[in-house]
Amino acid sequence: MSDHRTVLSLRGATKRFGGLIAVNDLDFDVAEHEVLGLIGPNGSGKSTTLNLISGALPVSGGTISLNSQIISTLPAQQITRRGVARTFQLVRLLPSMTVFENVMAGAVFGHRRRWGHEAEAHVMRMLELVGLDRRAHAHPSELTYIDTKRVELARVLVGDPKVLLLDEWLAGLNPTELEEGISLVRKLRDDGRTIVLVEHVMDAIRSLCDRCVVMSSGVKIAEGATEAVLNDPEVIRAYLGEDDA
Amino acid sequence: MNKSTYSDVLIGVVLLALAACLPWVVGDFAVTLAVNIAMFTVLATSWALFSGPTHYISLATAAFFGLGTYTAGIGLDYLPFWVLIPLAGVFGAVMAGLIGLATLRLSGVYFVIFTLGLAEMTRQVITYIQNATGQKGILISIWFMETTFYWMLVGLAAVIFIVGWLIGRSRLGFALRIIGDDEEVARHSGINTALSKVLLFMIPGAVAAMTGAMMAPRYGYIEPLIAFTPMLSFQVVIMALLGGTGRLWGPIVGVIPFSILWELISASFPNQTTLLLGLCFLAIVYLLPNGFVGLLLKIRARVSQGEGF
Repeated sequence: MSDHRTVLSLRGATKRFGGLIAVNDLDFDVAEHEVLGLIGPNGSGKSTTLNLISGALPVSGGTISLNSQIISTLPAQQITRRGVARTFQLVRLLPSMTVFENVMAGAVFGHRRRWGHEAEAHVMRMLELVGLDRRAHAHPSELTYIDTKRVELARVLVGDPKVLLLDEWLAGLNPTELEEGISLVRKLRDDGRTIVLVEHVMDAIRSLCDRCVVMSSGVKIAEGATEAVLNDPEVIRAYLGEDDA
Repeated sequence: MNKSTYSDVLIGVVLLALAACLPWVVGDFAVTLAVNIAMFTVLATSWALFSGPTHYISLATAAFFGLGTYTAGIGLDYLPFWVLIPLAGVFGAVMAGLIGLATLRLSGVYFVIFTLGLAEMTRQVITYIQNATGQKGILISIWFMETTFYWMLVGLAAVIFIVGWLIGRSRLGFALRIIGDDEEVARHSGINTALSKVLLFMIPGAVAAMTGAMMAPRYGYIEPLIAFTPMLSFQVVIMALLGGTGRLWGPIVGVIPFSILWELISASFPNQTTLLLGLCFLAIVYLLPNGFVGLLLKIRARVSQGEGF
């Protein structure tokens, strides 16, 4: 873990759906300016963990803290206002609104709230950052897949969150788009943003993440520097299965 | 966003100014019809302020309207009529707030059923209380000319248009549009969705109650079946949807033709009004899902793209 102070902290975070334990006793910290990869095979509990952090799902046990203040008892909107912003695994844009208005939603109601000309100027800055400033007045139905992802990213960035949760933000992109996507997230990392990245794309994990937490069947099986974790035999076994490892 | 809002205001001001002059240029029957049109303009416009952006279809208009009617009916023994109108508004807002707190966490279809049930339940409760006290209804001891009802309603309509215009430019209005598009995104954007919905739901509640209070002297004698008639809730929804809820002035475009049509239906087919109301509702949903406003915007978009028809 880097020398920076801890921003986000999970202690014993647990999520049960009836008899199924989707996330079990999960502990990890995210340091300021760090990009933490949350990885693991399908169904390992990564997205559920992101849902717990963002308040989309209530925790069944344990705590989640932001800057040492417990947020796991708060509803989603208050967690967003405290400074945790997220994208969704399946992109969710506001279909009746323009790109500009979609991003405006984050500017007006997000962590750092703005209104009027200040909000409009900041929205345009974020659209420029993600490369969509010329499409501000387009509707979501007119955009390519990666552009819809850019809009969603701009919407979470515009509120100046303390922690950014990206749920498979690079999934479903073609090789060219993937390069663009990775370079965009790298730009965010270079700007000093704190990011939790749920991802399957190994190239992206290797080039973007400072550290990784690996989950399998709802539990943490490894944590540490990215290269070391990816070469961990238990991690390889979890991804490839016992026989292929 | 701003341009269309200003055009909404301009259209509203012109229409209201013209509407206010109407009693001087038309006969008695037309004024009576105009009172109904003004009443439904008030109810449908305030209904659309909440249900338009959120897509939560409220069938509680009759409950609020009846509450206002009874506030005036009972209160006239103790307070001046002009005090009872805002008092009814407060009662309506409080009732809407309580209903909102209890129900607006429900998804759309459950909300619709609840609001319909609420209006019916309120009617039954009032009927039960009146039966228990040996009453059948309340005699209203004051009366006004039709023009007085008309100007009261036009004045209330002006207030609603101003409030609607202000909401459209506010964070609350923007929040409601986001909620209508995707409530999950709204929550994760930092919007307190429950509070936003409850706050805005209080407006049609207050307005319908004030309208009920204003109209009470027109009835002369009120009883639950008149004050809480479920037909009113459906008429408001149909008129708002016929006009379209995408613009502040949309509902009035539905109210005017539908009110005239309704007069004809009531006069020609007094025993088939409910059946014909249902048919009108089906026709609107199938043929004009976004109302006249949606049709107008579609035509305008086609013309501006040079596609023609």
